[in-house]
Amino acid sequence: MIKPKNLLCAAVLLTLPAFASQALAGDVSFSRGYTFEERDGKSIYENVCQGCHMADAKGATGAGRYPALAENPRLAGKMYPAILVLKGQGAMPVFGDVMDDEQIANVVNYVRSQFGNAYTDKLTPAEIAALRPPKKP
Amino acid sequence: MTEPSSVLPMSRRDLLAMIGLVAGSGASYRAMASMGLVAESTYKGPIKLDGGAKGKSVLILGAGHAGSVAAYELRKAGYKVQILEYNERVGGRCWTLRGGDKFTELGGATQTCGFDPGLYVNPGPWRIPFHHRALLDYCKRFGVALEPFVQVNYNAYLHSTEAFGGKPQRYRNIHADFNGHVAELLAKCTSQNKLDDAVSKEDTEILLSALKEWGALDKNYSYASNPQSSERRGWEKPPGGGIGGAPIPSTPMSTSDVLKSGLWHHLSIGQQVEFQTTLFQPVGGMDGVAKAFQREIGDLVRYRSKVTKIDQNDSKVTVTYVDSQTGGAPMQATADYCLCTIPLSVLSQIDIKVGPKMARAIRAVPYESAVKLGLQFKRRFWEEDEHIYGGTSYTDMPIRLIGYPNTGYHSSGKGVLLGGYMFGPNAYEFTALPPAERVRKAVEYGSKIHAQYKTEFDNGIAVGWHRVPWTLGCAGTWTEDTRAAHYDNLCQLDGRIMLAGEHASYVNAWQEGALLSSLNAIERLHKHVQSH
Ligand SMILES: Cc1cc2nc3c(=O)[nH]c(=O)nc-3n(C[C@H](O)[C@H](O)[C@H](O)COP(=O)(O)OP(=O)(O)OC[C@H]3O[C@@H](n4cnc5c(N)ncnc54)[C@H](O)[C@@H]3O)c2cc1C
Ligand code: HEC
Repeated sequence: MIKPKNLLCAAVLLTLPAFASQALAGDVSFSRGYTFEERDGKSIYENVCQGCHMADAKGATGAGRYPALAENPRLAGKMYPAILVLKGQGAMPVFGDVMDDEQIANVVNYVRSQFGNAYTDKLTPAEIAALRPPKKP
Repeated sequence: MTEPSSVLPMSRRDLLAMIGLVAGSGASYRAMASMGLVAESTYKGPIKLDGGAKGKSVLILGAGHAGSVAAYELRKAGYKVQILEYNERVGGRCWTLRGGDKFTELGGATQTCGFDPGLYVNPGPWRIPFHHRALLDYCKRFGVALEPFVQVNYNAYLHSTEAFGGKPQRYRNIHADFNGHVAELLAKCTSQNKLDDAVSKEDTEILLSALKEWGALDKNYSYASNPQSSERRGWEKPPGGGIGGAPIPSTPMSTSDVLKSGLWHHLSIGQQVEFQTTLFQPVGGMDGVAKAFQREIGDLVRYRSKVTKIDQNDSKVTVTYVDSQTGGAPMQATADYCLCTIPLSVLSQIDIKVGPKMARAIRAVPYESAVKLGLQFKRRFWEEDEHIYGGTSYTDMPIRLIGYPNTGYHSSGKGVLLGGYMFGPNAYEFTALPPAERVRKAVEYGSKIHAQYKTEFDNGIAVGWHRVPWTLGCAGTWTEDTRAAHYDNLCQLDGRIMLAGEHASYVNAWQEGALLSSLNAIERLHKHVQSH
C-alpha cells in the first residue's frame, strides 16, 4: 500500500518549486518534498519529534513506549542523541537521510537545553557530518 | 505544429525515459521488484500441516492477521493454542472506525467517531489487490463479502497548487492529453526517421499506427480538437438526444502546460501491479476480515494482555504479561513454542531471550509514518455535483489524496471521505498536531479541491499511526542493507521462538505479507516439531 519511496521522492522533487517556503520558528509547517524543511531546533521538535516524544517531551506508554527526553540524564553526552537521530534505533526513526547536518545539530541542541535539560556544550554540523558514512563513489 | 525540438527543451532520451517512468517500463518494474516493492503472492493454496502435533502447545503473541491465521491453522493441525492480545479485539492494524467508536492515542488524546450509522473509515488497510491470493482465499473460506475498490477514477481530479492556477483537472484530461501529445511527438520523430536504429524500417509503420491508436491522433498524426480526442478526454458539449444533440469537441491543453504541471506523475500509480484492476474491499469495512478471524479463533484469545517479557529455556517458553488497561500483578503463560507477531516497533522494547543475531534484527527496523483521516459531510456532493463515484483524487498538498467511498453510491444522507493519507515528512508533521488540528488542516486543504467542503463539512477523525499505542507506526521499513544484514536472522527459529508478521515478509505494509509470513513460519515450526 505504500508508494515506493524513491518514486514518490522523484516525483515530488520534480514538482518542487524553487522557492519552497522555509518554516519559521514555532510555525505549524508542512514540508513540500521528501525531506524536512524545518530549520531551527524548536520547529523541528514541534513538527517532528513531538509526534512521538510528546509536546512536553515526557514520552508516552502503550504496548510499547516513547522514552521521555525531559530531564533525561542520557542526553548528558551530545554524541548519543546525535547518533540516535542520525541513524535511528528500534522504533526511533532514521533521520539522517531526511535532515541535513545543521538540522540534526539544531534539534539535538534544542532538546539538550529544554525540558529540564541544561547541557550547555553545543553539537556542530561538522560533528554530524563526521558521523555519516563516506559517500559511495 | 512545430518541431518537437522547439516545443520542448528536452532530448529524445529524456522524453523516452519519462515515458518509461510513466508507463512503468520493464526496467523500472524489475528495479522495483528487486527492492521487494512489486510482490505478487506466492500463496499455493490452503496450508497442509500433516503428521500430528505430537501434543505440543504454541503460545501466540498478537491477534492481528499473522497471529490469527497461525492460531486457526495450528489448532486445525492439532496443536494446543493460546493467544495473548493487547487490545480487546482481534485484527490489529485491520481496523475500521464507525460512529460511537472511541480511539485514545499515545499522549492521551481521545477522539470519538461521529459518523452516521453505516458510514465508516478504514484507518489502516483499505484495499486488496486481486493477486493477494492468501487473503482472498481466507475471505472466501470465511464468507467475507467483497466489493470492488476503485483505484483509478477518470472523473476524479489531479491537482497541483502550482499548475492551472490551482484548479483541479479531471484525471481523464491529463491522461488523454499526456498520451496524445507524447504520441504525436513520437510519431513525428518516427516519420522523420529520428529514432535512428531503435526501430527497424518494417516496424516503423506498425509503430505509427500504434501511436495513432494509443494517443487518439488524427490522420496526420496530430493530437487535436476533434471527435477522436474527445472520445478520450471528454467533450466540450457531450452528445445528446433530439434537436441540438450534436456534440462539440473539446480542446486539448498544450503540451507544455501538461508537462509543466507535473500531474502526469499520478498516471503511473494505477499501472503498478499492486494497484491494477481488480482491487477489492470487504463490504461494510476492512474489519470484516478481522471479525471473521475473531469468529474462528476468538475463543483462543486472552484479550487486554500486554506482553512484557519473553523467556525460554531448553524445555519451554515463558511469557510474562499484565492487564493492558489496569496493569497490576504480572501473569505468566507457558508453552512448548512461541510464535510472536508483535510489531518490531514494540518488540524492540520487550525483554526477549533470543540469540544476538535475532536480537539485533529486532532492533534494526524502524516503522513508517502514516496518517489517515475520515471526514463526514452532510451530503455526497462529489457524486451529486461532480459525478465522482469512488476512486481517488491526488494533489501536491500535504493531504496527498482524497478517497471517495467505493460503496453506497447515490445514497441520500451523509457521506464519508478519506480526507487525507500521508507518508513521509507530512505524516510526521500531521502526527505532531492535536487530532482536531489535523482535521481542521485537512478540511482547509481539501476545500481547495472541493469548494463544498466549506459548507458541507460535518465531523472528522484522524489517526496518526506513530501514535497508535499497539503498533507505534504504520509498517516496518527495510532497506537493501538491513534486509541483507538482518532479514534471515529475524525469520529463523531461535530455540523455541519464531517471529511472524508483516515485518517478516517481503510484502511489507500489506495484509498479504502478514499471512504469508505466518504461514511460512508455522510450516517451518511444524517441520521442526515433526523432526524432534
Ligand atoms: C495506514 C495503513 C494502510 C494500510 N493499507 C493496507 C491496504 O490497503 N491493504 C492491505 O492489505 N494492507 C494494508 N496495510 C497493512 C496491513 O494493515 C498490515 O500489514 C497487517 O494488518 C499486519 O498484520 P500483523 O498481524 O503483522 O500485525 P498487526 O495487525 O499489527 O498485529 C499485531 C498485534 O499485536 C498486538 N500487540 C502489540 N504489542 C503487544 C504486546 N506488547 N502484547 C500483546 N499484544 C501486542 C497488537 O495489538 C496487534 O493486534 C496498511 C497498514 C496501515 C497502517
Ligand atoms: C516514530 C516515533 C519517534 C520520533 C518521531 C522520534 N523519536 Fe526519538 N525515540 C523513539 C523511540 C521509540 C525511542 C527509543 C528507541 C529504543 O528502543 O532504543 C527514541 C529514543 C530517543 C532518544 C534516546 C532517549 C533515551 O533515553 O535513550 C533521543 C535522544 C531521541 N529519541 C530524540 C529524538 C529527536 C530529537 C527526535 C526528533 C528529530 C525524535 N527523537 C523523534 C521514537 C521517536
